[in-house]
Amino acid sequence: MADKVVDARGLSCPEPVLLAKQAIEAIPSGTVEVLVETTTSRDNVTRMAKHLGCSVAVEEAGGEFRLTIRKG
Amino acid sequence: MVTDGGVRHKATQFFASRAGIILVGLAIGVIAPLLQHAGNPPNMGICVACFERDMAGALGIHRAAVVQYLRPEIIGFVLGALASALLFGEFKPRGGSAPIARFLLGVFAAIGALAFLGCPWRALLRLAGGDGNALLGLAGLLAGVSLGALFLRRGYTLGRSSPATPLSGLILPAVMLLFLGLVAMKVSFGQGGALFFSEKGPGAMHAALGVSLAAGLGIGFLAQRSRFCTMGAIRDAVLIRDFHLLSGVAALVVAAFATNLALGQFKAGFAAMPIAHSNHLWNFLGMALAGLAFALAGGCPGRQLFLAGEGDGDAAVFVCGMIVGAAFAHNFFLAGAPDQMVEGLLKVGGPGHYGRIAIVAGLAFCTLLGLTARRKA
Repeated sequence: MADKVVDARGLSCPEPVLLAKQAIEAIPSGTVEVLVETTTSRDNVTRMAKHLGCSVAVEEAGGEFRLTIRKG
Repeated sequence: MVTDGGVRHKATQFFASRAGIILVGLAIGVIAPLLQHAGNPPNMGICVACFERDMAGALGIHRAAVVQYLRPEIIGFVLGALASALLFGEFKPRGGSAPIARFLLGVFAAIGALAFLGCPWRALLRLAGGDGNALLGLAGLLAGVSLGALFLRRGYTLGRSSPATPLSGLILPAVMLLFLGLVAMKVSFGQGGALFFSEKGPGAMHAALGVSLAAGLGIGFLAQRSRFCTMGAIRDAVLIRDFHLLSGVAALVVAAFATNLALGQFKAGFAAMPIAHSNHLWNFLGMALAGLAFALAGGCPGRQLFLAGEGDGDAAVFVCGMIVGAAFAHNFFLAGAPDQMVEGLLKVGGPGHYGRIAIVAGLAFCTLLGLTARRKA
């Protein structure tokens, strides 16, 4: 179970990145799950999370993406 | 034709990389001055705001005789992005996120950009062609996008879009296809009626239709793959210290500068530059308005066309807003007038009385929207 879940589906760029970043910064360590529906948001959130030193796993289901971001 | 899933995956990874975005910036930076060489207006190989204004003129939504041409580059941008999105499984019809607010953002974005006389792409191309006034425009763009970033940090949002039917995602591309047919056949709906084609001025300056269309399709395809966005470049650098998109923008300027030098199109100065004015304050404020509107709408005018090609109906509404705004800019005399040399003396151009009022009104509207359209805590 993720420590935080961010549902960023349908939000314009860069809101998914900002919401995910806030969620990552709010926990000392653990996992943040981010839901997005465009490849652009998937790539942007992934790049930001890696930039912050996190690992990212991406699952695709039903045209949507579930990003599991692990911090620490 | 890319048919193999592995190849497509590799292409996707490449275009998402730093090298990918730089390559796309270089490609646009070379193609735009070449389009100028092939007949497009000076320092305007590509300008989304100017070309949407020309399209409004061709359709008769405004009647400024010197800026009327149904620009195939814009058509190509949408259709190239559509082709790329279909090929790579990224065509996602969606919409319904504050359409009327996005429409007005498009209107004011066009008014601001046409007070400066160019979209962010043209600001970069003007700089690469030696027009120092572009620096004021780019400074304004930076200021406007930074203000937008501040609103985003405070929780600004226009709300979520929802998935839509495939047909709704294909409407703007279909309209563009119709436009292509109209311009290719030079259709006239009767004496004194549309389509209009400028006989002189910037609207009469254009590359051959096939050349413009091919350039538009190629750029649309590449930019959809790489998410090239001039506003996003500034926003990401300011907001999250991410310089990915900015590296593509820098590549565009370097490539355009080198291509202009090679083609003998570089001429440095401030006064009486081609289709430009040296009214510094209103160059700055016009682009500040445009930058703020782009930031609040989530993309520069080029990016909005590529998103529309991917099926984003909200981006399509913004595009319609820009076309209408461009028509307003000429119908209500809001657009900036270029500098002129009158009997050897420089007459500095810029937006007139009503243009200045419209820019201030636009800044007020965008600020109000930025402050009030917020995510609930």
